[in-house]
Formats: sequence, structure tokens, C-alpha cells
Amino acid sequence: MDAAKRPNKLFRNLNSKIASIPMILTVLVVFVGGTTWTVVHSFTNSRLLPRLDFVGLDQYERLWSSSRWMISIQNLAIYGICSLILTLVIGFALAACLDRKIRGEAVFRTIFLYPFALSFVVTGLAWQWILNPDFGMQSVIRDFGWTSFAFDPLNNPDIVMYGILIAGIWQGSGFIMVVMLAGLRGIDEDIWKAARVDGIPTWKTYVVIIIPMMRPIFVTALVLIASGIIKLYDLVVAQTNGGPGLASEVPAKYVINYMFQAQNLGQGFAASTMMLVSVIIILIPWAYLEFGGKKNG
Amino acid sequence: MADAALQDGPRGPKPKKSFSRANIFLYGTLLLVSIYYLLPLYVMIVTSLKGMPEIRMGNVFGPPMEITFEPWVKAWSEACTGINCDGLQRGFWNSVNILIPSLILSISIASVNGYALANWRFKGSETFFTILIIGAFIPYQTMIYPIVIILREIGLMGSLGGLVLVHAVFGMPILTLLFRNYFTSLPEELFKAARVDGAGFWGIYFRIMLPMSLPIFVVAIILQVTGIWNDFLFGVIYTRPATYPMTVQLNNIVNSVQGVREYNVNMAATLLTGIVPLVIYFASGKLFVRGIAAGAVKG
Repeated sequence: MDAAKRPNKLFRNLNSKIASIPMILTVLVVFVGGTTWTVVHSFTNSRLLPRLDFVGLDQYERLWSSSRWMISIQNLAIYGICSLILTLVIGFALAACLDRKIRGEAVFRTIFLYPFALSFVVTGLAWQWILNPDFGMQSVIRDFGWTSFAFDPLNNPDIVMYGILIAGIWQGSGFIMVVMLAGLRGIDEDIWKAARVDGIPTWKTYVVIIIPMMRPIFVTALVLIASGIIKLYDLVVAQTNGGPGLASEVPAKYVINYMFQAQNLGQGFAASTMMLVSVIIILIPWAYLEFGGKKNG
Repeated sequence: MADAALQDGPRGPKPKKSFSRANIFLYGTLLLVSIYYLLPLYVMIVTSLKGMPEIRMGNVFGPPMEITFEPWVKAWSEACTGINCDGLQRGFWNSVNILIPSLILSISIASVNGYALANWRFKGSETFFTILIIGAFIPYQTMIYPIVIILREIGLMGSLGGLVLVHAVFGMPILTLLFRNYFTSLPEELFKAARVDGAGFWGIYFRIMLPMSLPIFVVAIILQVTGIWNDFLFGVIYTRPATYPMTVQLNNIVNSVQGVREYNVNMAATLLTGIVPLVIYFASGKLFVRGIAAGAVKG
């Protein structure tokens, strides 16, 4: 199967090459070609239509002086940090609970994971209704007698991102739990036995032995959560549509709005290039840690 | 690896019936957390079964005093988006029409592709595969507009065919990975024996690999059905209002500003959109977990 050793190089293994045409086209045209095209056009002043009229870094200067972009970045930072920490903590805690040889593990796992099957639109709309100030949670708690109770995140610019966070965690944490559970199941039973023999308390075994052993799983979970955070779009559109005002705008939404509604393609391209750059910043250290040292990792 | 471990389930002896303090704490926590996870589903269901007067009286958590299925009927066949008032059924059928060809196209491409990468490597095949996997991390936003141009050039912009193509392209990294890893794990002797017997690329694929890979096809189908059904971004960009998938139409129905907001109809519509992936999830059980774990732990 080694093509290089045989004669007629190009036609050796021809069927395999034909079968790979869709992959090669996808890689060259969409992934490499499309990304390059967008990055190149981010240096132009394209508006309604893409044009190759280069203006240097103008679009980026405009981007970083736009208050809407700055709000988007801040919102994503708040959402990102909270969601990263909470999802990791909840995901690991639930996985650890389920790994304690409990009864009904399958039932609990099913309950924690089902939101992951639902779309962000469904998630956003469900939580929009629960957080509805007039009929939802706030009004129910007020009816119980706590009349001054106020929790209306979707209409309060200061805390709107936390309203979205509640929904985002609800949707995604079960998935991280599954990843963590797979990691915990991969740990040798003997390690638990040894820790028990040595009289190390359970919580300490987790902190000192298990979590360090699960480092690769945590890194994977981190990358999964982080790449999901940057994509945050549907949830915001469904739950608040960026409101109240611009209070819950996010970068992915900024890109779509400038490309398809504001007809300012150049801004959209510049913003999407910034998203790409942030992904690269996250991924390179990870790829280096994962694959850097060893071959065939 | 990871998924195999999950399938084994918990190890060791069955737990003893001990209601120690630690156990009570453990189950208490799990039950409490379960409420958070179950609450939205419960609230959606009860709201969708109430009439509007009852909803205005308050208490989203209360069960309906009088069960009515009218909101479901209305959501399915009468709810309005813009000037169209034929309900969510149009979005549902659009989604079905998007889903089936996307499913067939993306899985057939990816399985053949994974097979080629596993058994028929050629010079450069691994390079393309690596870029394909890296491509899965590129934000869609950087590729969206060039795809608009490509689809416009080949005359598929705004049509279901265009969206099908987009789903096939963006489903390729994860599916190819899934199939490649599966075919690599099959015993190589099988492949060699078939080669000795004179079978070629397609012969081995159809007569040996395909019949052996039913489980991985099921995993791929589960992954794609939920992924494509839940897609919002591609639907909103690459289709027109007449061909909007269900998620996009749902968002337009619920978040439309005109008219009185009918929360019960909205929740019925939301549930209708969520039913397909939920059924897949509950019916497939461990296979769903296996699919996402395989995609996650490696991807």
C-alpha cells in the first residue's frame, strides 16, 4: 500500500485518491482557501461586496475602537471564564459522584446529559421563559411572600451574561461530565486500593492523586469548552438577541451582523480574523503540549 | 478506550445498602442537581399544556389545572412567522428534507474517506487528514462568506442543496476521524486476505468493511442527526425564509415582536423542535455517549 515504492506513482492507488477528492477539496477550498480569503479581505474596505481595495489595518483600528466590539469581547470574557470554571467543576464533581458506585448511575447520567442533545435555540428559549420576570421564577418566588425578590437577568444589562451562563452550563456540563467519567473509569482500581491502605481520605485522594493523573482529560475538556465558548452565538440570539441594548453582544454575533445585516463586510472579516487568532492562541500551546514532544502521539 | 471504559459501567461489587452520612450527602447532592437539569423540561411541558389565562395567573412550576393540547396544534399548524401562518410544520419538513440527504452524503463521503485513510494511504493523505482535523477548530465565521460566494457561483445559494453541501463539509472532520479510527482498529489480516483473493478498493469496502461497521455507522448517524437538526447558524445564513430549518423558524416564531406573546404555544413549539434529538438520545442511550465521547476525547 506504499505508493512511493511502486512504478506509475500517480495512478497507483488511484481509487483511494478518487475517494479522497471530497476531503482534499474541503481542505484546500474551504478550510485553507476560505480562511485565507477571509483574512486577505479583512485588509480591504469591502462593504456590500468583497473588493480587493487594500486599506491596511484600517478595519482593525475601527474594530478595536468600536464600543460594540469591546462590549462583545468583555461579555465573552465574563461568559468564558465563568463557564470554563463552572463547567469543569460541575463536570468533575458530578462525574466523581457517579463514580462512587452508586445506585441508579444510568438514570442520573441520562438526566445530566439530555440537555446536550438539545439545540442552543431550544435551550435559550426554555431559559428565556423560566427567567421571564412576570411569569417565571421571579414571580413565583415573589408569590411565596418574598415580594422584594429581584432576579431578572435577561432585562438587566449588568447581569444579562449570567442569565445566558445559566442556560449555557445547563446545556453543556453533562457532556464534560461524560468526558470526565470516562477519565475516572480509566484510572486503575489498584490506585484507589493503595490510597485506602495508606489511609488517605477520599477527598484527598482526588485532589492529590486522581486529578493530577487525569491531566490529559482536563486539558481535552478545557479545549472542548474553550472552542465552544468562542462559537457562542445561537444561545444569545435565542435568549436575548444581544439585548437589552447591546448588553449581551458577543463576537460571533458581531461578525454575522456586520457581514449580513450592516453590509460592512470588511468589519465582519476583521472581526472573524480576530476570532481565528484567538483560537490559534488557545490551540497552539495545547497542540504543543499534546503532540510536541512525542511522535505519533 | 474511553468509550469502552464507559460501556463496562461501574466496576466492583454491588453497593451495600448502607445509608451512611456520606451516602446521604452524595444522593442528596445528585438529587438536588437533577432538579436543575430537569426543571426546564418540566416547565416546558407544563406550560405547553396550559391555557393562556392560567399562565397569566402565574406560577410556571405549577402543573396545569386543565390540560389542553390546543397550544401544540397551534404551534404545529397555525403559528406565524412574518406573513406565513402555517405553523412550525413547514420548518419541520424543511429540516427533514435537509437532514436526510445531508446524512447520506456526509456519512458516505466520510466512511469511504476514513477507509481510504486507514487502509489505502497515499503520499500526502496524512497531511490532508491533519489539516482536516485542524480545520474542525477554525471558527465557522472565517469560512462563512467564502462559502456564500462558492454556493452563489454553483447556483445553490439559498437552496436546500447548498445547505446539504455545507453540512457534508463541516461534518467531515469528526466523521472521517470516527471512521478512520474504526477501520484502523479492524484486524489487518482481514484486509490482507481480501487483497490476496484479488479484491480491490471498492470490493473490500462494500463486501468486507461495510458489513462489519454497522455500530460505527449508528454512532455516526446519531452524531449527525442531532448535529444537523440542531444547527442554527448555517440554516439562517444559507437558506431563505421559505426553506428555513426548524430551529430558525422556531426562533422567529418565539422571538417575533408583533402580536400577543402566547407562551404556551411558544413552549409547545420549542418542545416540538427538541423532540427529534431527544428521541434519538433516549433511544440510543449508550451509543450516544459513545459517539460524543469518541468525538470528544480524540478530537
